[in-house]
Amino acid sequence: MSTLHTVNKSAYERDTLEACVRLAAKGGSVLLIEDGVYSAMSGGSKSSIIENAKGDLNFYVLGPDVKARGIDESRLVDGVKVVDYKGFVELTVENDKVSAWL
Amino acid sequence: MSDAKKFMYINRKAPYGTVYAWESLEVVLIGAAFEQDVSLAFVDDGVYQLMKGQDTTEVGIKNFSPTYSALGDYEVNKIYIEKESLEARGLTLDDLQHLVWEDEDEDWAEKDSIRVVTSAELAELFEEQDVVLSF
Repeated sequence: MSTLHTVNKSAYERDTLEACVRLAAKGGSVLLIEDGVYSAMSGGSKSSIIENAKGDLNFYVLGPDVKARGIDESRLVDGVKVVDYKGFVELTVENDKVSAWL
Repeated sequence: MSDAKKFMYINRKAPYGTVYAWESLEVVLIGAAFEQDVSLAFVDDGVYQLMKGQDTTEVGIKNFSPTYSALGDYEVNKIYIEKESLEARGLTLDDLQHLVWEDEDEDWAEKDSIRVVTSAELAELFEEQDVVLSF
């Protein structure tokens, strides 16, 4: 069984990503969407959430949301993969279920 | 103008996840049109509002970030960025738009609108205001 987790809020504003990472089973995938993509930027005080968890979980960001917010992909934490809307659909198909963290 | 009040707009939200950033910008422009003394503060995730290079074509939301560059024309030229919020997010002033205004008292010299200030400095600025609105 594998789960795709989605997080749509910034880790600087909410603790959603921290809760998701704490409670997601090893080998799962986390897709950051909307304001969730800010948490994937390197060099910030919350970058460590993904840095520390990326050995156990696969991290993705939704490219259109990254672009909308003016984040250059070179600024993302190493290992975070960028997907487009088609990639989002593929992730939902590849995993057994989707858990949307609010 | 003797009846002008000092208005401070505090912006704490990222630009597209909620409508606060856009609503704030609209209210700021209205306040400026009524010739009030307007200041803006960007703190917490609000600093993301001024990120350079925003491109919303793929998300189907209006990119309102170019509007910030019009603030100078409305004599909104006191834009404060909290240093602590910028640093916590791994950002520097170079990541933000360069906002300017033209000083008519100095032959329309172009001047920077953005000032990076500490939390303590912001606290003092808030105390000087007649009205503080938070978005």
